[in-house]
Amino acid sequence: MTHQPIRFYQTGTFTVGNRLLAQEQRSVQAQAGRTNSLNSGHRACQGCGEALGARYAIDAAMDATNRQLVAANATGCLEVFSTPYPETSWQIPWIHSLFGNAAAVATGIAAAMRVKGRENVRVVAQGGDGGTTDIGFGCLSGMFERNDDVLYICYDNEAYMNTGVQRSSATPPAARTNTTMPVGSSTGARFGQGKNLPRIAMAHEIPYVATATVAELRDLEAKVRRAMEFRGARYIHILVPCPLGWGHGSAETIRMARLAKETGIFPVFEAEHGEVTNVSKIRRPLPVEEYLRPQTRFAHLFKPPGHPEIIARLQQLADRNIRRYGLLDTEAAS
Amino acid sequence: MLKQVEGSAAVAEAVALCRPEVICAYPISPQTHIVEGLGKLVSAGRLAPCEFINVESEFAAMSVAIGASAAGARAYTATASQGLLFMAEAVFNAAGLGLPIVMTVANRALGAPINIWNDHTDALSQRDCGWIQLFAEDNQEALDLHIQAFRLAEELSLPVMVCMDGFILTHAYERVDLPTQEQVDAYLPPYEPRQVLDPADPVSIGAMVGPEAFMEVRYLAHAKQRQALELIPAWADEFKRVFGRESGGLAHTYRLEDAETVVVALGSVLGTIKDTVDELRDQGVRIGVLGITCFRPWPTAAVRAALANAKRVVVLEKSLAVGLGGIVSNNVSASYPGSPDDVHTVVAGLGGRAITRASLRRVFTEAIEGRLEHVTFLDLDHKLVERVLAREREQRRSGPIAEGILKDLGVVAAKIG
Repeated sequence: MTHQPIRFYQTGTFTVGNRLLAQEQRSVQAQAGRTNSLNSGHRACQGCGEALGARYAIDAAMDATNRQLVAANATGCLEVFSTPYPETSWQIPWIHSLFGNAAAVATGIAAAMRVKGRENVRVVAQGGDGGTTDIGFGCLSGMFERNDDVLYICYDNEAYMNTGVQRSSATPPAARTNTTMPVGSSTGARFGQGKNLPRIAMAHEIPYVATATVAELRDLEAKVRRAMEFRGARYIHILVPCPLGWGHGSAETIRMARLAKETGIFPVFEAEHGEVTNVSKIRRPLPVEEYLRPQTRFAHLFKPPGHPEIIARLQQLADRNIRRYGLLDTEAAS
Repeated sequence: MLKQVEGSAAVAEAVALCRPEVICAYPISPQTHIVEGLGKLVSAGRLAPCEFINVESEFAAMSVAIGASAAGARAYTATASQGLLFMAEAVFNAAGLGLPIVMTVANRALGAPINIWNDHTDALSQRDCGWIQLFAEDNQEALDLHIQAFRLAEELSLPVMVCMDGFILTHAYERVDLPTQEQVDAYLPPYEPRQVLDPADPVSIGAMVGPEAFMEVRYLAHAKQRQALELIPAWADEFKRVFGRESGGLAHTYRLEDAETVVVALGSVLGTIKDTVDELRDQGVRIGVLGITCFRPWPTAAVRAALANAKRVVVLEKSLAVGLGGIVSNNVSASYPGSPDDVHTVVAGLGGRAITRASLRRVFTEAIEGRLEHVTFLDLDHKLVERVLAREREQRRSGPIAEGILKDLGVVAAKIG
């Protein structure tokens, strides 16, 4: 895989102090010269997964491109919390146009750079799951299909959080949002709906597709770096838990992301030209219940008399991911 | 160089001479020949360096143009009708961001019912979007206005829409005088952006603005458009100096001297109107014409001056403010020093309905004789409409509107008055 996770079992975490690592193994964030592309002072909520993911992703992209980077941003939390006029947290050239056109704006920037003979300037487009999987999907698919030289990053918190937690096509089944309320006989968002955007991106056979979570930030950095080694359309889908929308403590963001990966609910992998090339293995598989229980968006599943049949269906989805991507670390299990 | 070419080809040549750097293409009739022409020129390498991007929708076309323009490239696209509406969100956005994109709109009706023929409903639906809107009377002017549009857009850092009548101009083969590259280069300097996405000098473009400053940002957009009212005539003069012909400006007048009746219109129909006015003038009728070239910003002073001595005004427009009457006439009324009762709206040519000299002569005569209603629909088939209304009164399930009309009409024939 792109990144070898360093497990520091003595402390019971997967994180490790940078001082114990060789220079080349240290994260971009550990460098004194990191760019702070998304600077402090922005107005994201406490524990925001998106702010964390964006900071790591964009700083890594800046590092990989020798600071020759331009970003196009879709409307959404990231845009709103980072640029309340006349303030901006962005230390890079950055443009926000509309909710649904970040990929196309990025295409335009890349085209301009080519015309100007500045192909060393690379372009990132970014948006939330609503701006990516729903309203921005047409422009995104067009950018993929033309293989425009753009890295698109989706920060997926599985609902429209900026407008107050409504369902998107990235909302998982059974989740409570303000438009999928578990009232009456309803048990939250329906099964059998939604889009799997990483797989749709792969179907375009673009050079590089990867998923990541904010639980493994080195892995995220490594994937952004890897993405920047390619020319053409690239897509990184980052799971970014949202304390407000998911209903977990703001100190639980990284734990939620890790549980999503360790239960198989969110498969972490890389693909090149439509083929999966690497997966992040699950070391000790956990039942989905461990992931669901701490989140109030799934609380209705546990309220007596409970919904074991719904939890079983969610477990089936996780099991399917585990089979499909070969997520079990057989070596570690043996 | 004089050439006998299709209007779309003339526009493609004009845009090519302006050295565009990013062209976004999405097909929609009657605009398609323009981007086809440009695509061919890019493929042939004549425009290098230039990126020609086949996008997946008009919304993407305008969005790619936004990105390209913000990154410092001269950006162009063309659209019409449904396409203009499909990109409407990005059209407003380009203006709000102050990006000097130039776009051709090959004017066409809006559905439903779907109709590919010419009227001005598409462009006028975007009249408050913040773009400068110029209307061409003929193919020569369409060609010339594109060259002026890039100059205007980049000077003001505002987008400019050049409107030309779909089919009537886009598909008509006419003689045009194609300028040389040297002439265009002398008139149009390289694009120097006011704001640009550049890693050497990072800026944030498109920040959220709340109530504390939104009014001021909007006011600036308005102030810039009013500035354009000064610059447009100045650059039309400059154009004449470089190219040796008059083109563009805010408005054209025709035989206005001593005119008691003034006909106001936009676009290619001005040709037919002028012919009709010539006939009436030959009979001693004191009638003249005011052609609006610049619809946004609205040239209040120029219109007021042109109408100062008019006893009555007939606004002939290819658009309809549903539930009110005229869009153009509403603007004209606000600039007419006389009574609004003397401003007549004649809605004509919707969906490509032919506007003939005979019909024009009839309504102008009615206006002069005081018999013209405040709002008139030129050559409307009243019987047909009455039949549909009667059916709707009688039957709850009266069926699809367009289908019912077509059934009543029988064999479809071109409605030439």
